[in-house]
Amino acid sequence: MQNPSMENPYELLNPEERDAEQFSRPSISYWQDAWRRLRKDKLAMFGMVFIAIVALFAIFGPMFCPYEYDTSDFTAISQPPSAQHWFGTDALGRDLYVRILYGARISLSIGVVAAAVNMVIGVVYGGIAGFMGGKVDNIMMRIVDILIALPSMLYIIILMMFMGSTVQSILIAQCISSWVGTARITRSQVVSLKSQEYVLAARLAGRSNWQILLSHLLPNSMGPIIVSVTFLIPSAIFSEAFLSFLGIGIQKPMASWGSLANDAIETLNSAPYQMMFPIAAISLTMFSLNFIGDGLRDALDPKLKR
Amino acid sequence: MAQYILKRVLSGALTILILMTVTFFLMHAIPGSPFVKGEQNMPEELLARLEEKYGMDKPLWQQYLTYLKNFLTGDFGDSFKKADTSVNEIIGRGFPISARVGAVAVVVSVVVGLGLGILSAVRRGSLFDGGAMVFATIGISVPTFVTAVLLMYLFAGVLKILPTYGLTTWKHYILPVTCLSFSPIAYIARMTRSSMLEVMQQDYIRTARAKGVKEFMVILQHGLRNAILPVVTYLGTLIASLLTGTFVVERLYAIPGIGKYYVDSISARDYNVILGLTVFLGIFVVICNIVVDVLYCIIDPRVKISE
Repeated sequence: MQNPSMENPYELLNPEERDAEQFSRPSISYWQDAWRRLRKDKLAMFGMVFIAIVALFAIFGPMFCPYEYDTSDFTAISQPPSAQHWFGTDALGRDLYVRILYGARISLSIGVVAAAVNMVIGVVYGGIAGFMGGKVDNIMMRIVDILIALPSMLYIIILMMFMGSTVQSILIAQCISSWVGTARITRSQVVSLKSQEYVLAARLAGRSNWQILLSHLLPNSMGPIIVSVTFLIPSAIFSEAFLSFLGIGIQKPMASWGSLANDAIETLNSAPYQMMFPIAAISLTMFSLNFIGDGLRDALDPKLKR
Repeated sequence: MAQYILKRVLSGALTILILMTVTFFLMHAIPGSPFVKGEQNMPEELLARLEEKYGMDKPLWQQYLTYLKNFLTGDFGDSFKKADTSVNEIIGRGFPISARVGAVAVVVSVVVGLGLGILSAVRRGSLFDGGAMVFATIGISVPTFVTAVLLMYLFAGVLKILPTYGLTTWKHYILPVTCLSFSPIAYIARMTRSSMLEVMQQDYIRTARAKGVKEFMVILQHGLRNAILPVVTYLGTLIASLLTGTFVVERLYAIPGIGKYYVDSISARDYNVILGLTVFLGIFVVICNIVVDVLYCIIDPRVKISE
């Protein structure tokens, strides 16, 4: 009688042992992975929800509000918050709630447009400089050094004087001065990536420089670029508020958070709520955007995690 | 080293020249005469006399060359709005005041920021660490003018314990300096904390501990000495951000510094003062940056100057 095990030397592994070497989760891409990390970041998620709410109110809020941002009601001057005027009224009897909503429109659109334009300029400029290398790179980066050597607020103020105080000139001034950071980051990414094997492979496969730059180098540098652009949004919003607070930004009767705060200085002791609502709006927005930025940085660039 | 400094000075000079040229032509390209205010009617003759007095009857390029020549001898020209006041006088009056407030703010930012950063790194995960980092996030997000307004309301409006106007006693410094250093403290604390955490894991820290060096000395001599490097690089940005902060703080607290003159001349459209102060502030920032970079090379001998 033979031993059955001799007959069949191979034995089935038990399933648990067999699957131990398998990946239990389906493999996920860099972006899915980043999103997974970001979702766990409570502060960043809070920031996103808050910004979404502010954006919704900024877009639709004024439609449901019985007041206009520029109509004065001289029977209701400097009224504290009430059922009629949620955030009270200003020294000219204008409803502060609707004015803050208009301020949100200005702040958010300046933030988003400035960040988008800066991203395009910065990525193209930095991408070209990094990819070309040599003399072109040297000259392009010297220009960046010159721009970065001075506080951007100096240029912005001079440009505002020249172009006049409108939303467009705030945007243009912002776009001229703040793409340099993105350009530097893009350049350093491209420089470090262009010696990778897959670039050589693409070149051997007959890809042109532009194709390599657009389809290989830039997509792979996107993480740090997005992080730097995220921080451009609060800095653009800050610039607008700063200029308007100094009286060279948004002009009357239009309202922005900075100009509302500027208007409220004189009545700070008699009607502090006129100051508190705009500065609360800008502070909470800046918190949220910075939280989102921190969260994105940790998610897209885990090496940098503090 | 000398070569490096020379290179930096030359590139700084180029930066200033470009800043001056661009500002000069932008200021002169603004439509309308700087002497006419709004709808106000000014007799032709008077206008011509004024333009002659300030050399504005000459072609633009000639005015530019004159400005450049005067600038090289250290003369920024005269104010368009205040009779018989030169831009140099304004700088002479305003800059020392701003510099004093700014210097105090730099010291406070660095000392408090380093202190908070080191303590939270040493007590990582503690309640103090959590609190300090929440404070740092607030400090980074909140614009200077919000801090300035809130402190003014709280300490001068409600509690009435601190003065908010002018700069005569040491008490007058408390609020402006706090406003100016609030966000730099936050940046420095965050930076120090993260670089301390990294440095304290290095082998030489373990070696120092193993040799029996006291923990206090390990932190200060071996930890901080290395962790302080990113903070030194930040000093350049700090000076630029203090400068922007000065515009708001000096205006709110009525401090007759250079920032207040700058903002005043913007609302008065006093182009020559704006031009002069812009160039002056530019020079100041460029010099500070060069000093910071040279300092960095001295502190960290590993930094190779010739890139």
